[in-house]
Amino acid sequence: MSDASNASPALLDVRDVSKAFGTVEVLRSVSLQVKRGEVVTVIGPSGSGKTTLLRCVNFLESYDSGSIRIDGKEVGYREAGTRQRRSERDLASMRAETGMVFQSFNLFPHLTAAGNIMLGLTKVRGKSQAEARQAAEHWLGRVGLAHKADSLPAELSGGQQQRVGIARAVAMEPKILLLDEITSALDPELVGEVLAVVRSLAEDGMTMLMVTHEMAFARDASSRIVFMADGGVSAVGPPKEILAAETSNERLRTFLARFRASHF
Amino acid sequence: MGYALNFNLIWRHFDKLWGGLLLSLELAVISIAIGTVIGLVLAVWYVSAGRTVRAIIAAYVEFIRNVPLILLVYLVFYGLPTVVDLAYSAPTSFVLTLSVYSGAYLVEVFRSGLEAVPRGQLDAGKAIGLTPWQRLIHVRLPTMLRITLPALSNTFISLFKDTSIASVISVPELTFGAQWINFNTFRIVEVYLVTTAMYLVTGYILLFGLRLVERRFRAAR
Repeated sequence: MSDASNASPALLDVRDVSKAFGTVEVLRSVSLQVKRGEVVTVIGPSGSGKTTLLRCVNFLESYDSGSIRIDGKEVGYREAGTRQRRSERDLASMRAETGMVFQSFNLFPHLTAAGNIMLGLTKVRGKSQAEARQAAEHWLGRVGLAHKADSLPAELSGGQQQRVGIARAVAMEPKILLLDEITSALDPELVGEVLAVVRSLAEDGMTMLMVTHEMAFARDASSRIVFMADGGVSAVGPPKEILAAETSNERLRTFLARFRASHF
Repeated sequence: MGYALNFNLIWRHFDKLWGGLLLSLELAVISIAIGTVIGLVLAVWYVSAGRTVRAIIAAYVEFIRNVPLILLVYLVFYGLPTVVDLAYSAPTSFVLTLSVYSGAYLVEVFRSGLEAVPRGQLDAGKAIGLTPWQRLIHVRLPTMLRITLPALSNTFISLFKDTSIASVISVPELTFGAQWINFNTFRIVEVYLVTTAMYLVTGYILLFGLRLVERRFRAAR
């Protein structure tokens, strides 16, 4: 059905996306591409639209104009330009193609770690309970929590909860993983265990778009870094280029200087 | 004090109280069951509906909450059959009234619970590709239930006690049984002491059971 030869080579193709909350423009004509297997990191001051951009990619937020395509398929609207929302059923199956990990984990509190992972596998992917359980155990093993399969979220530390959050997202075998400041709500000593999981997923070739304030991690793990300011993309490039102290982009230089001042 | 307590006459007619208690429980269980369905359906409808539907549901809740139950019981039992061509027994009439009454209170309990479900959980449900219906069944309702259980227990106990109002239309529940014994034996202190104890003990047992359920929901899955 999909005409791959016509589609752009990028797995995720965001073009000229704009969005306003009332009179506040949160996204101004944002364009960015993520190729298969790439890890792209979005950085920028708070209020620059990073999280909103991420939430538009799986249509947790709608946008006013522009187009977002995953694997050549328009995400939230029936066709680019028409502004005609897809049906809820369509949206649900589109969203199943992207995985998302949240800043505040957002585990389902009434389900165990395994249960959290199994819900999507059984209800969305149509797997049997046994298959889903097996997959859940496999992914819990990958994030180092095989022994916590039957624990409730309330019985897990923040870092463990977030690792379950990651397992829940990747178990759905999404085409792209969206990571929204996934270490921001964690105590400093728990950040490492979560980032280690992300790193190993990157090594396995998982395509990722992430928003983070962990600059060292962004530098080491990203193929490219996107710097956003005031709702627009201000700079894009390889980590070395973007994080260089002597960049000519004044906004970026200010951001990095402020960042260094507050973190060292 | 010249009054000597004598419970003999109470024990002789105890079947009136015991049978009354069983009927009270029956009235409560049926009404609460129907009221819970009304409450759930309207609460789910309310949180997803537009302004008009919300206004209608809110009007229903406000009406019920501002009219005394005893008046509603009279209205439904004496008033309604004269206006529309309906015939029903006193117990049926009371169950109908208490169902509609409890429905209004339970809409409020469930609605506030549904609105208290953190948005992040609903986002997580969307993100894994659940449809709106699946998100309701597998994410929103279970979380809502955990949030509302304590308030729900209180409402249930309260509704159980409200069955005593059925005595005003001669439904032979516990309070009616107590009145009957009082009229026939004049042992007013003894009969109401025993009746109070029966409400108290039943209320405690219900509460204990509901707290067990709460704990189960909190601890296990």
